[in-house]
Amino acid sequence: MPSIARRLVDALVLLWLVTSLTFLLIHLAPGDPAALLIAPSASADDVQRQRALLGLDAPLPLQYARWIGGVLRGDLGDSLVRSQPVLRIIGDAFPISLFLGGISLLISFVVGTALGMFQALRASRSADTTLTVLTTAAYAAPSFWLALALVVLATSGAAWLGLPGWLRLPAFGMYDPAVSPDARHVADLLRHAVLPLLVLSVPGVAGVARYARQSLRDAADAPHVQTAMARGVPRGMAERRYILRNALTPLVVLAGLTLPGIIAGSVFVEQVFAWPGLGRTMVGAIAGRDYPVVLGLTLVYAAVVIGSNLAADVLLLRLDPRRRIR
Amino acid sequence: MPRDLRVKASLAVLIAMAGAALCVPLMASTPSTAIGDVLATRLVPPLSTDRLGHWHLLGTDAFGRDVFVRLWSAARVSLGVGLAGSLLGGTLGVALGAIAGWYGGWFDRLIGAVSDAMLAIPRLVLLLVIASLWGPGVESVVTVLALTGWMSIMRLVRAEVQGVAVLPYVEGARALGVASPRLLRAHVLPNALTSAWVAMTLGVGNAMLLESGLSFLGLGVQPPAASWGNMIAGGREWLLVAPWIALSPGVLLVMTVVACTVLGDGLRLSRGASHAVSRTPSPAA
Repeated sequence: MPSIARRLVDALVLLWLVTSLTFLLIHLAPGDPAALLIAPSASADDVQRQRALLGLDAPLPLQYARWIGGVLRGDLGDSLVRSQPVLRIIGDAFPISLFLGGISLLISFVVGTALGMFQALRASRSADTTLTVLTTAAYAAPSFWLALALVVLATSGAAWLGLPGWLRLPAFGMYDPAVSPDARHVADLLRHAVLPLLVLSVPGVAGVARYARQSLRDAADAPHVQTAMARGVPRGMAERRYILRNALTPLVVLAGLTLPGIIAGSVFVEQVFAWPGLGRTMVGAIAGRDYPVVLGLTLVYAAVVIGSNLAADVLLLRLDPRRRIR
Repeated sequence: MPRDLRVKASLAVLIAMAGAALCVPLMASTPSTAIGDVLATRLVPPLSTDRLGHWHLLGTDAFGRDVFVRLWSAARVSLGVGLAGSLLGGTLGVALGAIAGWYGGWFDRLIGAVSDAMLAIPRLVLLLVIASLWGPGVESVVTVLALTGWMSIMRLVRAEVQGVAVLPYVEGARALGVASPRLLRAHVLPNALTSAWVAMTLGVGNAMLLESGLSFLGLGVQPPAASWGNMIAGGREWLLVAPWIALSPGVLLVMTVVACTVLGDGLRLSRGASHAVSRTPSPAA
């Protein structure tokens, strides 16, 4: 299909724009990575030598050309701070964020859609109102605050309230699963993952539920549904055939809308629970003016967001025949 | 609750918050940043009296400062930053969107490309990168919020301007010889702003969440000045000993953001702009 090929080209151009913009911004930022790396008592000459060593003394266009050249060859450069290839740093952090983000994305969709369906089609008026209030509040809660509140609840709060032992969840101090991957440590990992996953999923569930509820309400009000009901089509069949099919297709687009929220959430969650994922790496890299790492991570983030938007577009095109006409 | 009542209730909450933010720090016996006899006054639980005989509604923090008073002087910063950031970003979006939608051409394409690129990066990541351009502080948080918040409003206004531009009355005014900039300013733009106002109202809550996030990461408002975000960050070390320090600012933050969301949704439905903004603020923080 030519439209898909065009979208792919658009996506690549967008990716190039994003990285170029980030390159410009991060290099405009005051603060010299070379000066941050060596002792404060070092002389100006030493700083200059360090800059030359890192290739930071070259004019900006040349640095940009070098960086883009590297990217095209699949090389994102070396970290200025850790003297490791950026690809390896990202490779180490990516599985952690994928684990947290992937599972919470799944939870957001399954639970959120179910909740929205229940609210729109089955819930009594008061249950619907209560759930709407709850989802609106959950959607508004900053995830770091939610994380801290849950830590209080699961530790000293659980002890104070006399909750059963299995509800007292650990927040910190887990074994590194990479060091000793046996069954006991995997169980330990899962116990430690409950709180971060919960924090990451709550806003996602709330957002998807709000969207699904509205979408289903709109679909149920459509004239063809009323006609079907008037003709005596059973309620269950009308819901399955006329409402759900129309209302749930647009939910595909939500993947593109939910993902940035989960990425942002994971920055805070990884910070609070000390999981060394992409978000925590990003915060550290920006503070240390570690240009190659910041650029590499932005590239990854933008690729994930643009890629999921593209996938949602293509999927929607396949699921909804009306969109193919234009 | 009927919609009308919900809008009035959320407006009342916001006005009460603004009132408390103005009055409470003025009525307090000590300034919210002053540190007195730390050992006698620190970490007093809510609803109890410290060793100097002062009663604290929400207790005190690790430096013996009253959490309630600090909460409301932080509200000045948080509410102000949210309002200013959203308004500034909105103004930027309206201006760029109006010019891009009205004149079209290379400017339209350039602005479109830049906004597409900026929307492709999660806003928090963009915020972190741009926040590193300046040292942390209130002014830089507002600037950063404005610079990362104009894109969606620009798109809305651009589309509305393009829609209004083809209406017969605009053609009529043009035929009567109204100059193009004046036509845009006086006749087109006022009719293209409804959805921008709604988006700005929803944006206030979002901006407050992002401010608290930046302050939590240490890139926003710096202590000893208080904002809800850095109060949460500061209370983190004392979480298990004195949870009230970190938890009480979050309650106010959630209340404010919910009030902004309800108000924005109400405005959207009452002003018939339902086609324009269907997205509530994204769960950014």
